[in-house]
Amino acid sequence: MGPIIKVKNVGKKYSIRHFQGGYVALRDVIMTIIKSPLCFLKKKVKNITGIGTKEEFWALRGVSFEVKAGEIIGVIGKNGAGKSTILKILTGITPPTTGEIVMHGKVASLLEVGTGFHPELTGRENIFLNGAILGMKKSEIAKNFDSIVEFAETEKFLDTPVKFYSSGMYVRLAFSVAAHMEPDILLVDEVLAVGDAEFQKKCLGKMEEVTKKRGRTILFVSHNMTAIEKICNRCILIEKGQIKRDSTDVRDVIKDYLCGTESTIKDYSWSNPNNGRFENEWWKPLHIYLTDKNGKPYDTSIRNDQVAELVIKGDMKNCDPALTIGYAIYTEDGMLLYWSFQTDTDENSWPKIERGFFTLKTEIPQRLLNEGIYRIELIGGLQNRSWLFAPGGHNPTINISIKGGISDSPYWTGKRSGIIAPVLPWRGYNSTN
Amino acid sequence: MTTTIIKPKKTWSLGDFREIWNYRELLYFFTWRDLKVRYKQTFIGVLWAILQPFITMIVFTVFFGKLAQMPSDGVPYPIFVYVGLLFWQFFSSALSETSNILISNQAIITKVYFPRLILPLSSVLTKFVDFTIASLILVGMMFYYGYMPHIIGLLILPLLLLITFMVAVGGGLCLASVNVKYRDVRYALPFFIQILLFLTPVIYPASIAGKYSWALALNPMTGVIQTARAALLGTTPTNWLLLGISFAACFMILIIGVVYFKKVERYFADIL
Repeated sequence: MGPIIKVKNVGKKYSIRHFQGGYVALRDVIMTIIKSPLCFLKKKVKNITGIGTKEEFWALRGVSFEVKAGEIIGVIGKNGAGKSTILKILTGITPPTTGEIVMHGKVASLLEVGTGFHPELTGRENIFLNGAILGMKKSEIAKNFDSIVEFAETEKFLDTPVKFYSSGMYVRLAFSVAAHMEPDILLVDEVLAVGDAEFQKKCLGKMEEVTKKRGRTILFVSHNMTAIEKICNRCILIEKGQIKRDSTDVRDVIKDYLCGTESTIKDYSWSNPNNGRFENEWWKPLHIYLTDKNGKPYDTSIRNDQVAELVIKGDMKNCDPALTIGYAIYTEDGMLLYWSFQTDTDENSWPKIERGFFTLKTEIPQRLLNEGIYRIELIGGLQNRSWLFAPGGHNPTINISIKGGISDSPYWTGKRSGIIAPVLPWRGYNSTN
Repeated sequence: MTTTIIKPKKTWSLGDFREIWNYRELLYFFTWRDLKVRYKQTFIGVLWAILQPFITMIVFTVFFGKLAQMPSDGVPYPIFVYVGLLFWQFFSSALSETSNILISNQAIITKVYFPRLILPLSSVLTKFVDFTIASLILVGMMFYYGYMPHIIGLLILPLLLLITFMVAVGGGLCLASVNVKYRDVRYALPFFIQILLFLTPVIYPASIAGKYSWALALNPMTGVIQTARAALLGTTPTNWLLLGISFAACFMILIIGVVYFKKVERYFADIL
C-alpha cells in the first residue's frame, strides 16, 4: 500500500497585515477611495500585478513528506516555525498557497480540546455537540457515550451545564470526546498541555492504545518532548517553515532540536567571554568545565559509571560569608533535576575562598544520571539577600552528556526509564511466612 | 476509502453539495444548539418567539392601524400586519443572525474543518423554528377573525417559505462574507434592515404604491408577503407576475450569495 498521506511541495503565504492584528473597516476603504482614488487604484494594480507585495511572509515553504499507514509522527519546532500551519492545512481549515496534499481515509483533527463547547449546555449535550463538530456521527457518539463519560470521570455532573465545571473536569470531558473519534488519520495539536499530570498520562496512554491496537496514523504537534519520544516512531523537525530533519530516530531529532543548530554538545566547557556580562561586585566566573577523577578535562560524553568532576574557576573580588556558588542541572527538556551549592554541607566543611583566583570542585556522582544530555547552569548569590546568577537566567552553562555504562546488569544496557538511573543494591532471602 | 485532495485553489463541484449532505448532522446540531441555548438563556424561553411578533403587531395596530388609518386591503389591520410581520421577522432576524454567524463562531472555524455553509444554513433554520412557533398566533387570529385559507393558498405557503429562506440565505451569505473582512458592516446592518422594513409592504399594502408597485416587487419579500396575504386572507387575487419577479430576484440573490461565499470561504480561517 502506498503512503496514506502525501504532502508535495506545500507552501503557505500570509500577508503581514494579518499579523498586525485588527481588521479592515469598510468605512476606511470607502474613505480612501473617495479621498484619493488614484492612490487606491495604483495600489490595486500593484497588488494584482504582483509588484510591491513585500508585505508577505511564508509560514511554510516547500514542505514535502509522505506518511505510511500506522506511523505516529511527532512534529516539533520552535513557536512560529510553522508546525500548526501544517496541521491547519492538512485539516482543510486553511488552504495552502502552493503544493498538493493527498490523503486516503477518514481524517479527524484535534487542534484544541473542547472546540465548540457551550457553557450553557450540560455535559451530556456538549458531548453530542462537540462530537458532531469533530466529525463524529450521532450514532457513533451514542455508541461510545458510556465509554466517553467513564473516561472523563464526570458521571455525576452529566446534567450540569459545563459552565459550573472545574477546568479539570472540563478538559477531561473534552479530551474524552476527542479520544473516542475513530478516524484513519488523526491530527493532534498541542492539546496535552492542559490538564493535570495524571490525566495527561491517561491521555497519552489512550493515544498509544488507539494507534497500536487499531493501526491508526497520527500526526502529533507538541512541545512535550517526553510525550513525543514516548509515542512517536518518527519525528519531523520544522525550522522557519521548512523541514530540517525527518527521521525515525526520534531521540536524535529531539536532541537536534533542543541543542539548536550550533550544537551545544560541544560546549563541555565555558570560559568567560570578558564582555562584562558576567561581572558583579563580588566575583567573576572565569572557567567552568568537567574533568574525570584524574583532572583530565572531558570533551566527549561520560559513562554513567564514571565520576565527573565539575570545576568552577573564578576571580574573587569581595569575600562575603553569604556568598553561595553552585549549579542547577536540567534534563534535555528543561526539567530541573537538582541544585547544589558549596554551602550545602555543615558550616565547618565549607570550602574557604579568599580574594584572588580560586577553584571550586564538586563531584557529580556516578550511577546517578540517565543516558542523555543535561545542562549545567551556574547559579549563586548572596544567601537570603539576592541572586547574582539567578536560576533560569542567562548564566554560564555547560553540557554534560551521559552515554553507556548504565549498569553492569545484562538486562539493562541502554537508557533506562525515568529521569535518573541509580543502581541500587537489593537484598533477598526466603521467608517462612 | 475516501480520498481527500487539498490544493491551493479548489474549483467547486457537485462534491461540495454532497459534502454538505454528509455534514447534515452537524447542521442539525448547530441549529439544536442555538435553539437550546437561546431558550435556556432568556427567562421566558420559547414564549419569546411568540411575544416578539405579537407585541410588535399590537404596537403597529395601535399606531398605524388605528391612529394613522393605514389601508389594509379590507381585512382587519391586526391580522393584516401580523401576516406581514411573521414573514418579515423570519427574514430580517435570519439575515442579521446569518451576517454575524461567522464571527460568533470564529473559535470553531479556526479550529475545525467543516463546510462553512453549514453555519449560515443553521442560523436560518433556527429562525424558521421561531417562525413556526409564532405562526401559531396567526392560526389563532384566523379563527378569531373567521378566515379560512383556501387549498391553493395552503399549497403556496411552502413556496413562500422557500423564497424567504433563499433570500435570507443568499443575502446572509453576502453579508457574512463581507462582515468577516470588514467588521464595521454589522453596525450598519440594523439600520439597513430598518430601512428595508419600510420598503417592504409589511405595515401597508403594496397597492399603496399604485402603478409603481412593480418596483416594490424587486424586493422579493414584497412578493412573499403580498402572496401570503392573498393566500391566507384572500385580500387580492394571487399576483403571479409579482410572485414570479420575486422568485427570480430571490434566485439571483441566492446565486450571488453562494458564489461569493464559496469564493472567499476558504480564507475565513486566515482572516478571522
